[in-house]
Amino acid sequence: MADPNTALADKSSLDVEKIRNEFPILSKKFNGKPLIYLDNGATTHKPKCVIDRVQKFDAEEYGTVRRGSYKLSERATQLYEESRQKVADFFGTPDRKEIVFTSGTTQAINLVAYSYGRKFVKAGDEIIISNIEHHANTVPWQVLCEEKGAKLRVIPVNDDGELVLEEYGKLLNDKTRLVAVNHVSNALGTINPVKEIVKMGHAAGAKVLIDGAQSSPHMQIDVKDLDCDFYTFSGHKMYAPSGIGGLYGKMELWESMIPYVTGGDMILQVTLEKTTYAKPPARFEAGTPPITQVIGLGAAIDFITGIGMDNIFEYEKSLLDYGTRLLQGIEGLKIIGNAKEKASIISFVLDAAHPHDVGTLLDQDGIAVRGGHHCAQPTMIRFGVPATTRASMSFYNKYEELDVLAESIQKVIKMFS
Amino acid sequence: MSYDNELYQQVILDHNRNPRNFREIKSATHSCHGVNPLCGDDMTVYLDVDSEKGVIQDISFVGTGCAISKASSSLMTAFLKGKSLEESRVIFNEFHKMVLGEFDPEKQENHLGKLKLFLGIREYPSRTKCASLAWHTMIGALDRKTEGVSTE
Repeated sequence: MADPNTALADKSSLDVEKIRNEFPILSKKFNGKPLIYLDNGATTHKPKCVIDRVQKFDAEEYGTVRRGSYKLSERATQLYEESRQKVADFFGTPDRKEIVFTSGTTQAINLVAYSYGRKFVKAGDEIIISNIEHHANTVPWQVLCEEKGAKLRVIPVNDDGELVLEEYGKLLNDKTRLVAVNHVSNALGTINPVKEIVKMGHAAGAKVLIDGAQSSPHMQIDVKDLDCDFYTFSGHKMYAPSGIGGLYGKMELWESMIPYVTGGDMILQVTLEKTTYAKPPARFEAGTPPITQVIGLGAAIDFITGIGMDNIFEYEKSLLDYGTRLLQGIEGLKIIGNAKEKASIISFVLDAAHPHDVGTLLDQDGIAVRGGHHCAQPTMIRFGVPATTRASMSFYNKYEELDVLAESIQKVIKMFS
Repeated sequence: MSYDNELYQQVILDHNRNPRNFREIKSATHSCHGVNPLCGDDMTVYLDVDSEKGVIQDISFVGTGCAISKASSSLMTAFLKGKSLEESRVIFNEFHKMVLGEFDPEKQENHLGKLKLFLGIREYPSRTKCASLAWHTMIGALDRKTEGVSTE
């Protein structure tokens, strides 16, 4: 069991039991066992305050935004924009108009690939990604490059799963139009030195997009300090409802970009001959947005900032260290991704069993982990594995749950040998 | 403590550890490459068919995948060797419907023999494709699907 001495851990001021009580699903049983939810990298559960806020909004305050001249709509618009302000504050920009809502990171990256890429990337240009990107930060750039006759270049990683910055430096040149890398790798947990990556990219005259899907739930982000050009996020990984996310972009870039989705709400004026576009962020938010989800996102941001992003980072780092030590002690288990700077993700393979079998069997003990390629097949290829099992932790996880994880893995190994 | 799981029975664990017919057939008359893009399972099924008699003389597979996919491939090859093409298609249909929960060999007449071991997988919708990949690939080979098959 968790020994408080080995779990040196709890230096943070975070009360896990109190936090767990905020999450109704954590008291449910699955397969007759208490849920041990370790798939937070895929999606996170919702605290009562988010569930209640969404319900109250739908029950008492719901209305369309930016249109109606009646109170309900005016109030909904105000709440909607207040949520945008919360997102802006969370990511460290004073101007909420630099935040555009999308359905999540996938759509956010596609938006940049279209609205920036289709306008500014030309034949012969180069776009740089890394070898440890999610498919959402790979495929949109491949498609863009193919369409434009541009070239996709890839920053290699070392055997620990860290980007090799020297090689990145060599890839940069006056043809580099854009660099797109994640802040945290979803498959390995590596925290990339994005501030340095941005600085190097800018020195070469490139714009830099940071995929923040896996970082924004776990650490303090300051886009102005990073000086990145775009920073994406997914609400459902930050304890908010699914279907909402977005991105920060520098205003001068937003103003120069063409619309991605067109239709209502993103226009200034439409005649049958010609349409002029609204200013950002409306230009990039055609159609009725997911209003309720935006309100839920605001509540989720209040919740996590209430706990404190530094507290979250520190506690999750302790969980990571504790889990890493436990799993490293299991014979026949290999952790994939041993970067010095890691977020609370442990990806591993067993000599004895395939990740899908591991996932199905751990589920018998109520443990939810992800087995597969994590939408990061180039990462799997780089590390010579078809798939991994991934335990991704949140501040609502406990040391004891990692003890159960380790015991269950031992049972799987025994069964297959 | 150990797992008592209807899916991972001893026979399946054994076929996973020691897959039968896990080899290439150099003189194969039919072959097909099958993938499950969701989980990355990847295999090739080889058949040596006597075209005059319409009988599978030899059948084998190579590839990577989970225990369910490997055991299913192994049991399939062992079961189909010597069967006619017609029988093989009937068995494919029954097996495919069984793992989807649309055919119950405990209640309906069938030709599945020990393949009934995979009945339990209908309780695990996320894993049915692991069991059926080899079978789709086998049919793909018989149907000359040169572009390969995919579970998606």
